[in-house]
Order: sequence, then C-alpha cells, then structure tokens
Amino acid sequence: MTQIHVSTTINGDAVEFLCEAQETLLDVLRDRLGLTGAKEGCGTGDCGACSVTLDKRLVCSCLVLGAEVEGREITTIEGMADGEILHPLQQKFLEHAALQCGICTPGILVAAKALLEKNPDPTETETRYWLAGNLCRCTGYDKIIRAVMDAAEQMRGA
Amino acid sequence: MARDDKPEAEGRVFKIVGTRPIRPDGIDKVTGRARFGADMSAPGMLVGLVLRSPHAHARIRGIGTARAEALTGVKAVITRADFALDSGDIDDDDLRDILHNVMAHDKALYDGHAVAAVAAVSAPVARRALALIEVDYEVLPHVIDVDEAMKPDAPVLHQGRSDETVPAGMSANVMHRFEFGHGDVEAGFAEADVVIERSFRTAATHQGYIEPHACLASMGPDGQADLWCCTQGHYMVRNTCAGLLGLDASQLKVTASEIGGGFGGKTTVFLEPVALALARKSGRPVKMVMSRDEVLRASGPTSSTSIDVKIGMKRDGAITAGWAELRYQGGAFPGSPVQFGAMSCFAAYDLKNVQAIGWDVVANRPKQAAYRAPGAPMGAYAVESVVDELCEKLGLDRLEVRLKNASRDGTKAAYGPRFGRIGLTATLEAAKAHPHYTAPLGPNQGRGVACGFWFNFGGDTCVTLNVNADGTVGLSEGNPDIGGSRAAMTMMAAEELGIPYERVRTTIADTSALGQNEVTDGSRVTFAVGLATIKAARAAITVMCARAAKIWGIDEDAVVWEDGHAKPAGPNAGQFPPMSLAEIAALYANTGGPIAGHHEVTAEGAGVSFATHLVDAEVDPETGAVTILRYTVFQDAGKAVHPAYVEGQFQGGAVQGIGWALNEEYIYGADGRLQNPGFLDYRIPVASDLPMIDTVIIEVANPGHPYGVRGVGETSIVPPLAAVANAVSAAAGVRLTQLPMSPPKVLAAIDAARG
Amino acid sequence: MVRVAIWGSLRAATGGRAEVEVEAGNLRELLDRLAEAHPGIRPQIDRGVSVVIDGLVYNDSWFTPVRPDSEVVLLPRIVGG
Repeated sequence: MTQIHVSTTINGDAVEFLCEAQETLLDVLRDRLGLTGAKEGCGTGDCGACSVTLDKRLVCSCLVLGAEVEGREITTIEGMADGEILHPLQQKFLEHAALQCGICTPGILVAAKALLEKNPDPTETETRYWLAGNLCRCTGYDKIIRAVMDAAEQMRGA
Repeated sequence: MARDDKPEAEGRVFKIVGTRPIRPDGIDKVTGRARFGADMSAPGMLVGLVLRSPHAHARIRGIGTARAEALTGVKAVITRADFALDSGDIDDDDLRDILHNVMAHDKALYDGHAVAAVAAVSAPVARRALALIEVDYEVLPHVIDVDEAMKPDAPVLHQGRSDETVPAGMSANVMHRFEFGHGDVEAGFAEADVVIERSFRTAATHQGYIEPHACLASMGPDGQADLWCCTQGHYMVRNTCAGLLGLDASQLKVTASEIGGGFGGKTTVFLEPVALALARKSGRPVKMVMSRDEVLRASGPTSSTSIDVKIGMKRDGAITAGWAELRYQGGAFPGSPVQFGAMSCFAAYDLKNVQAIGWDVVANRPKQAAYRAPGAPMGAYAVESVVDELCEKLGLDRLEVRLKNASRDGTKAAYGPRFGRIGLTATLEAAKAHPHYTAPLGPNQGRGVACGFWFNFGGDTCVTLNVNADGTVGLSEGNPDIGGSRAAMTMMAAEELGIPYERVRTTIADTSALGQNEVTDGSRVTFAVGLATIKAARAAITVMCARAAKIWGIDEDAVVWEDGHAKPAGPNAGQFPPMSLAEIAALYANTGGPIAGHHEVTAEGAGVSFATHLVDAEVDPETGAVTILRYTVFQDAGKAVHPAYVEGQFQGGAVQGIGWALNEEYIYGADGRLQNPGFLDYRIPVASDLPMIDTVIIEVANPGHPYGVRGVGETSIVPPLAAVANAVSAAAGVRLTQLPMSPPKVLAAIDAARG
Repeated sequence: MVRVAIWGSLRAATGGRAEVEVEAGNLRELLDRLAEAHPGIRPQIDRGVSVVIDGLVYNDSWFTPVRPDSEVVLLPRIVGG
C-alpha cells in the first residue's frame, strides 16, 4: 500500500513520518512516533483521552487523519512540561490528587491547558462544560475541577 | 464477643499516615510517561484481533480459516481448537466457563462472544483476515431479560448446570438459589402498622473504565512466556492463563502495566489467553487491544436485576420485618453476584425478622464481571427505596428512622454473623449534623438519603521490603495500583520504619518476584497489602535491631526501635548513641549481609464498611431531566491512610452510582444485539452533569488491622442508586422504581401520576 | 461442640436446621466435620464458602482456631470488585 509522507511540527520539533491513508493522528502518534501519552479510550471522539492541540485548537486525535497534519503544529501531553519543570496544571493535579488511575489525565491536562489559554479566569461551570468531552471514571471530577481552578488562579497571579 | 476488640492503633499518634503526600507515580501520570496496557511494544510484534459473534445465541457448525490463513501478512489464526485444554480436561467449572467465554465452544452465547482470532503484521491486514474467516452459524432463539429467562419455556443456554439448590421444574437458566435471614417475617408483618411491597428493576451497567483491555504476549517454543497486560491481578492472570494453555505457572511471567481503571471489570481474563495462543502459534510477540465496542459487548457489565421488597414498620418507625426476592441475570454463565445482593440488602438494619432470597440466572448477554461491591447497589436500591416510602407515608424523619433501626456493634446481621465494631450510626449522626441535611430546597427539588454496606476482603498477600545501603528502602508488592495504593504503601512503610516518605519507593513486582497475590479487589489492598507492609517493615526492624545489638555487643532483646533509630534499652539505656536506619544499613556487609523484611499472609479479618449518602436533585417537570444539585458522602474508613485518595474513592463511587441511577444502561434490540456499544450512547457522567461531591471521612478503627484501616473502595457505590432515586421521587412527587431514571422514564412516571 | 449457623438455602442439607453442632478445634476440622455430617453441604463447600468466626471473615486459613463458645456463621464465599 502506498504510504503518505507528512512533514509536521510536534511539541516544537520538526517531524516527518509515513502513514497509510486511513491511519488517524492518534495511530501515528502512538504507533509510529512513540508518543503514547495520548490514549485511545473509544476511537470515536467521545472520551477525550486522545486530546491534543492542532494549530492551538483542541481536537480528539482519533478523529484527525495522520495525513491531515501536513504543515501544521501539534502539541501533546509530552510537550506540556518545560524540561523538569511541570506546568502549573500538572503540579496542581498532583497536589489535589486529581487523578486515580491516570488514563484520562493526559487528555484532561491538554484540554484544561487549552481552556486556560482561551479563558484564564473560568468559572466552575465554564470549566465543567469545557471538560465535558473528557471522561473520567475514577474521580467524579471534583478534584479535577478544583485542580484546574487552582492552577488558573496561580497562573493569573504569575 | 470472645475477641479482644480493642484496636491496636487506638491512641497511636501517626506522623505520615493521615497526611496527603504527592503520589510516587504522579509525575509519570501527568507527563504521559506512565505505561498502560496498550503502551508497550516489542520488536517483531504482530497485531491480534478477535472475530466476534454477531448473534445473541447460535450454534457454531463450523469455522473456515483457510482463506484468512492464506492472506499475505497473516501469521496465525486460532479457534477454540488451539487451546491445549478443552472442556473435558478442566474439572474446575469456573475455569471452564472462563475458557468458554474467552473463545466460544459449540455455541456463541451473546452478541460479541469471541469465536476466532488472528495475528497479522498490521491492524489493516488483521482486519481483512477477520473478514475472510467463515463461520457457519445456526441461529437459535435468545433471551435477554432476567424475568423472561426464568420462565419455563425460555430459550435455554446450558442444560444441566442448575445446582442442587434450584427446585425442580424451573427453567434450566436458573443456576442457583440463595436464601438468608432469621426470625419469622410473616409474624413481623402482622405486627406492622404499615407494610409496603414494591417491585424494582435495574439495567445492566458497565464498569466503564476508560482504558480498554490490552496486552502484549510472547512465547518461545520451550513454553517460556511473557505477558504484559492491564489487569487488577497479574497473579490471577498467570494462574488462569497457565490453566487454559497448559503451561507451568513458573514459565509464564506476567507484568502488570499501569491500569486505566477496573472497578472489578479487570478481575478476569479476556484477551490474555488469546494473545498467548497467537504468540505460541506464530512464534512472534502479539499485541491485542480491545476497541470500546468490544469492551462494551464482550467484557463484564454487571447484572440487570428484578427485585421485590416488602417491609413492615410501626408508627414509631420501628421496622418489624423485611423480605426481599432478588433476580439477577449474570450473562451467559453462572455466577451473578445475587448472593451479595441478598446478603447485603438489609445489612444496615437490626432486624428481628428478615428474609432475602436470591436467584442466579443466565441470559444471552456477556458474562458479568465484578463491579465495585458486586451485587450490593441494586439490593440496597430496592430496600432503601421502600424504607424511604415508609418514612414518607408515616411522616417520619428519614435519618431518625434509620438511626432507630440501625445495625450497631453486636447486631446480628441479616446475613448471619454479628457485627464487630462498625461505623454506621456514626455516618448517620454525621449526616444529621451536617448543614446539607437541613438546607432549604426549591420547587421541583427533592432530597434523598440512603445507607450502604460492603463486606470487604483480605486474601493472599506477599510483600518484600529491602533496606538499601544508602538508607533508602525498596518495597515490592504484587497488587496493581488502581487509585493511589503505592502512595498508601509507601506511607505505611515509612511510618513504621520512622523514615521520610521520600526514602521509600514502592514497586508492583511481576509474578516471578513474589508469591501469590490475590487480585486488587474487595477493597482489600490498603487493608491487606498495608497489613503485610507493616509486618514486613517490622521484620526488617527486628533484623536492624539485631545488627545494632551486635555492634554494641549487647543482647538483641535490649534494643528498641524508635523514630527510625535503634536504641539501647533496659539496663543498657543511654549507653550507646542511637543508630539510624541509614547508619545500620551502611554497615550491612559487615554485620551479616543485606537487610530485608518480608511478610506472606492470607489476610483475614477485613472490617466491614458502611456509608450514608445525602443528595439533592431537581426534576424538570417538562422534560423529566434530572439535575444533581448537591451530594455529600459520609463513610467509615476505619483509618484514612491518605485522606485525599479516600475522598477520591468516595467521590468516584458516588458518581458511578449517579450514572447508574440516571443514565447508564445496556439497550438490546429485538435481535438480541447490543444497540449502544459506545460512549456516545452508553452515557457515563461527564463533568458538566455534576456538582462538587462533598465528603466526610468517619474513622471507626478496624480491630483487624494494625492501623485500624478498613477497605473504602466499594461501599461508596452502594448508597447512590437509592439516594438519587429517593431524591428524584421526592422532587417528582411520584415513586420511581426503575433504573436508569432517564428523562423519558421520569416523564412517563410524572404523566402517569397526573393521570 | 461448636455451633455453626447455616444460611437459609443451605438448610435443605441440614434437615431444615438453622444451626448445627460439630466437634472442631479449627476451621479445617469444622468444614470437614460439617461435610461429613451433612453431605448435602459438600457441593457448596467445594464451590466456596467464607466462615465468620466471632465477627471476622475467614476464607482459607485452615488452622484458625475455633473455640466451643465461638460464634460461627457459614456464608457463600465473599469476593469483591
């Protein structure tokens, strides 16, 4: 099968890969590029575990084809911390115990970061609606919402 | 009671236990580095996929694999014939059922039942190969509903599996009858001023872990095999797969990945034996990952149920008798958790006359798997709904009535034994005193109360604790960390040794490193592994005290361990400066060799756990939609080792229960196929559905644990079905008796009540 | 003799008695004697039971002592999720 050559930027690095036409961006990230931080919970865009940003827009990478990202900019959970310095959201998730099993955590962090870039001072309701596309089965969301609100406050003060 | 009931932990002042340190696996999990089931690869790896039955019930007359095998890139195709052991070789009913479920034998028993599998060089090739496998099905009549399955003329899944408890003449789908209780319920009802009898139904729900089942298997021609998988118990996976494939347990090494949720659903095997069989046949590593559709169609949901409850009450709120009959279908194989429903449904009440009957029934659905306090939430839902209705009818306060009838220390439980130290009344008193209980409600709003109970469990446990030369400690345990248990173990080891939390690192060891460990289930890990960790630390302390005694030239018995130091005691007190753990560790080679402690035990003595939940709900009378406005959990944790993760268990269980109460259900078509196998149509709660979930941790120490710990993971899902149903019924002005209380059902109930 | 409480559906094997007496000093003896005296209980013991002794649940530990005054209750085997 003829493969498609794609040049793109991932977490600031130039990346090239070959993929088949039907392969999703999530398949490419996980199976071809070794970026397994994005998770496949459903493959149908319902759970948000595969959230990444594409040209700063939050997307489910399972609903984007690998071939579509030619010339675009992708960020994933692997690009969130600055070396060994965690992003305030990552730090607040740890402090608030906002994860139990951790499978949804990368997607929720990517989604929450996209929220705070758009709206640095979200209300609880805005935060809940923004994250409504990211399923968590362990926490009941309480500590996640608290962690995001706390991180937002810290980032506004910074 | 003969037993000395005073908890060892009483009066102990903890330094680390009870604080909220950051979990040791945290950074890996917020940076994407943590490796879950599907995150592992191997050189030369193949992709394995499963062919599943499109029929709810069908005889398999033949399977043609030749065309699939001939496809370029296909390295192995397997069917049931490729499992070394067939049903005739297995005398263990449970293991045989697992094999029948992993790969269908003569019949496909539900939509999604595995019938064959392939391993190929890529997923697209594997998918094409699945389409080339020819299965000759003879479609049979099917049955989905539990009450239908019990009818004498229902389609039968298995002949001759009913056991001796089932009366003659019943459908062959009825597998077992349970009965619990004491006293004379008829006499009790005769004493009552009001008797209410109601019938309830609950839909099957799925555990809904976000991580689908996944594994990576390899096996050499010598029978040595390695398996990486997401599971609640890799020792169970090893034992089961070895049994199904005819391997020696010693030859199969299983490593547990990080696990993306389980809630009971990862206490069995699905893909693992298939991947091993494909790896054996192909000679290559095989990775298998379920799709969400496969997870919902073919991995464990819990039972759907049909329950009748009858309770009698005097005007003053005293319950005179309770009776329940519970019917649970457990999917295509025996083993629904109906006995736990029947045992636990009246556990919160001190009753003179009580009887609960349970029927275990099979139907053409996936084999149920344990789901958080398996069987208990449905029974509690039915009983707590009737108690609520009695309170309403008699104009009595719901918490006062529960307190009046509550099980206390020494109460003879409805399921037989007497309770030891329990915290039910403490949760009820806390709820009564909480501002939530008296907060005003608006129009179309209602408040619900319910209690819940779970047994908890101990089980096989091995822990090894190694003291390193630099004064740090490595702790190896064998239970996958599903919600922060490494943090709890690290805390307990550090507490006991008297060293900082950061000096201990806890690892989940593979199956070659430790002896048998029971699955992470039954809320057992913080209790049982914690107990073994404390005992392993004490064993290491004994060694370190002996080393210090040698160094000082005094008797071993004259050394005590305090605050992370060996100190001379008795007649030698003060003669030598205390030696720290690090100082003793540094001299290990000169004083007798490496220093370690270990503990192996089948932990018994888990303490039961009770909770009371309070919830406010609002019903939209135009649409029937329900909004949860406020929620508070009051639960006895015995001792909360890491309170943040205890709160997390309370909150997570409550929200799973809210989903069960309001939205989640398996919907079948007339063809017996599951119609909603995806997260869009099988709707679990999302962030915007919910308020904050407030928690109150009650600590009534468990005498069976050195620190007083009780399991906390399961009880939290028991009350919410009833609590939410009671709140919705109050808000809607009509009693709801079916779950889920989805908008159409609520609206229909409101319309019916309006006439 | 130790008195053992039997759950409802198992009473078919004890002639309807809710409580039976056996001579036993530990859990293993208790189960062995029960199965000998009441063969109808054996299939359930083979399927799995838990035994509550003085309020604590035991699943496996054969040599757990049982005293004549112990309160002993037989239950289907307790597991969890």
